Amino acid sequence: MLGAWEYLVKHPEKLAGWALEHLWIILVAITIAIILGVIVGIYITGRGKEHMADTVLYLAEIMMTVPSLALFGLLMLLLTSVGLKAIGFLPAVIALIIYGQLPILRNTYMAIRGVDPAMIEAGKGMGMTERQLLVKVKLPLAVPVIMAGLRNAIVIIIGIAAIAALIGAGGLGAPIFRGLRNARMDLIILGGVSVSILALLVDAFMNQVERWVTPEGLKRR
Amino acid sequence: MRRRVILIGLLMLLVGLTIWITNLEWIKEGVYKPFTWGDIMSATISHLEMVVIAELIAISIGVPLGILVTRPGLRRLATPVVGGVGVGQTIPSLAVIAIMAPLLGFGLNSAIVALFIYGLLPIVRNSYAGINNIDSAIVEAARGMGMTRGQIARKIELPLALPVIMTGIRISTVITVGTAELAVLVGGKGLGLITLTGVFSMQPLTILQGAAPTAALAITLGFILERIENSMTSRGLKVKAAMA
Amino acid sequence: MMIKLDLVTKVYPDGTEAVKEVSFEVEAGELCVLLGPSGCGKTTTMKMINRLIPITGGKIYINGGDSTKMNENELRRNIGYAIQDIGLFPHMTVGQNIGTVPSLKGWPKAERNKRAEELLELVGMNSGEFIDKYPSELSGGQCQRVGVARALGADPPILLMDEPFGAIDPITRVRLQDEFLKIQQDIKKTIIFVTHDIYEAIKMGDKVALMKEGQLVQYDTPANLLYRPKNEFVEDFVGADRALKGLQLIRVKEVMTSSLPTVKADEKAEAARERMEQEGIDWLVVVNDDGKFLGWVGKAELGKGELVKEVMNSSAITVTVNTVLNEALSLMLSSGANNLPVVSKDNRLQGVLSFDIIRKALTEVSQRRQSE
Ligand SMILES: Nc1ncnc2c1ncn2[C@@H]1O[C@H](COP(=O)(O)OP(=O)(O)O)[C@@H](O)[C@H]1O
Ligand SMILES: [Mg+2]
Repeated sequence: MLGAWEYLVKHPEKLAGWALEHLWIILVAITIAIILGVIVGIYITGRGKEHMADTVLYLAEIMMTVPSLALFGLLMLLLTSVGLKAIGFLPAVIALIIYGQLPILRNTYMAIRGVDPAMIEAGKGMGMTERQLLVKVKLPLAVPVIMAGLRNAIVIIIGIAAIAALIGAGGLGAPIFRGLRNARMDLIILGGVSVSILALLVDAFMNQVERWVTPEGLKRR
Repeated sequence: MRRRVILIGLLMLLVGLTIWITNLEWIKEGVYKPFTWGDIMSATISHLEMVVIAELIAISIGVPLGILVTRPGLRRLATPVVGGVGVGQTIPSLAVIAIMAPLLGFGLNSAIVALFIYGLLPIVRNSYAGINNIDSAIVEAARGMGMTRGQIARKIELPLALPVIMTGIRISTVITVGTAELAVLVGGKGLGLITLTGVFSMQPLTILQGAAPTAALAITLGFILERIENSMTSRGLKVKAAMA
Repeated sequence: MMIKLDLVTKVYPDGTEAVKEVSFEVEAGELCVLLGPSGCGKTTTMKMINRLIPITGGKIYINGGDSTKMNENELRRNIGYAIQDIGLFPHMTVGQNIGTVPSLKGWPKAERNKRAEELLELVGMNSGEFIDKYPSELSGGQCQRVGVARALGADPPILLMDEPFGAIDPITRVRLQDEFLKIQQDIKKTIIFVTHDIYEAIKMGDKVALMKEGQLVQYDTPANLLYRPKNEFVEDFVGADRALKGLQLIRVKEVMTSSLPTVKADEKAEAARERMEQEGIDWLVVVNDDGKFLGWVGKAELGKGELVKEVMNSSAITVTVNTVLNEALSLMLSSGANNLPVVSKDNRLQGVLSFDIIRKALTEVSQRRQSE
């Protein structure tokens, strides 16, 4: 513990660098994951797509059980075979996008399917088109649930981003792995504690955001 | 049906990948240490061993803990326990595993302790929720009919909570199979040894030799536990789920 | 006497005084309604009877015995319990739900099944169709019926029912009320029935205990509650005026019983007794040879003389077919008579109006009002 503190005092810029790397990679990944997750999530709620929705959701569910190292391995293989860089930022971001969009996709789908049919009926009764119905009724009602999925996704990919340091993506996993390889306990503690703090802070922040975006009328208590 | 096809397809893909890689001639004659069928088999067994030990401990502690904090005398402890579980689940698995090195040193025990701790969380959470979320009218009706505390626990609360508890155990097991790969870093054994050899030598094929069987193992265990969960769930609860 | 509350008081641990020195008695076979606005302590009072809520002052006697001295679970197994939220066990079939208390009492399986079948039929459900269904496969009304059947499971002498029809749509509710009253005529349980609905109270109750802020304000028959309210609170709560207005719209001829056994004043008392036994009643209207109304004769008085005219009660209190019901009712209440003869201008007997008929009319009026 003491060693980690000394290291931090001596090299604050190193920790800052790892943390920024970590934040950057999850920021890029989550941005793309939101777009992808929400679009696919909305798309499969469409009429006549029930079978597709079932397939996609089941695949998403199974994918969540596939360990991240397996996905890293597959991505490295694929990227090498198409001649792209197989280590570092690219495979890490792709893996994070894949894992990150699953909870978002699932929640988007559930939330939109879960909108009270009476409200949809009311909307239709007022003469809304399918698109207006989606934008004016379904999405606003679904936002809190989608945000919960987003929060879930971010927590998951912060953890996976730490593992991605193994394939050279940097971030707060880097000191952990270096510490483990060289039995440098100070580095292990520094990395482990700071990535945990990062996850808890982001989670708390997302919790707050979730409250902000929940329409007043939908808030419980 | 479609789900079964997806499941089997995915499993075949993962196993096929492993077979294909292991049988590649150039891997056998490659510059780095190639892994044989025997290696993969024994790694799978020791992987399973580690997971089973950690899970058994997690279940035998997590289920009683989650249930106990719903009891009247111990309800005070529910908030800290559930809150602690929430915080624990936010902390990345890598951090939990790595921190074992300074705490307990390197070795199989450190690995199992890390897996146990991380695996404990979903089990405690679901055991608590399974009991706590039972409609209070149901328990009151049981009390009003003259059931003793023990009868209510045995005949009403446990059967109603069982599916939720089983879900917790399934989630925990599936997560632990994946996390166990990283547990190699603090002295664990199993398929993670193969995967990490691949990672450190930057050989995607070797990574997959360890990771693909791991994924297959996670999916298979998840499937088996889901079936068990299903067979333990009263039809009365399933009908409800089907109508919801 | 079956249930007796003696200065029963409940102070919750947080200091809320939910029930204050409430005393009343419920006779065996009587249906007693606990009535009052939300939060007045009805549920608390009821749950103290089966000790789901511990009493903090006073005593409750069941069949003369101090309830706190009894084994709590034994006590509950002999008191049927049905609540608004029903609380059917979702993992058990309808049959298993109904068999819960019998199984706690160690009845053999065959007997439990037989009992479940009987009870399902009793509450108007086809036992073959429903006994193996799960609660999630039933409609709300069906769940409510199963809840009542379950409360009757081990044939307990006492039933506690907390707004048992509260969560049901008005039409089904009326049907369940009617059916339950019919069942109660056969099973004659001692029942405590909680409701906040004055109309339900009038319809269901032999007695009504009206509560306000934890205190018992009036414990009386529905009729007295309506037409002899003890104070302004009772009057406001039962809305006697409104109910009366409804009765003003109905005339005696619309509801009276017109075919009724009579006896002539000159007949022998023995003849009157035979007729009573034939008809299964214990009173007859006495008329003269022209069919004009003279009075009443009751079974108890028959032995006092040889001829009917020697033992009859002559009475001049009558109504006509065009009397409105609220007037008839106040006449009834002021005279203490449960039945009024309906006569023509020349005093010829045309029918009889009973209190039960008025009560039924009142319920119908109020339910019509509710559904409007
Ligand atoms: N467990 C409790 N602790 C404190 N106060 C309670 C509790 N249960 C009920 N009360 C209070 O006691 C009063 C009577 O409640 P209750 O018997 O449920 O009324 P009712 O059934 O007539 O609506 C209310 O003011 C209620 O808030
Ligand atoms: Mg109540």
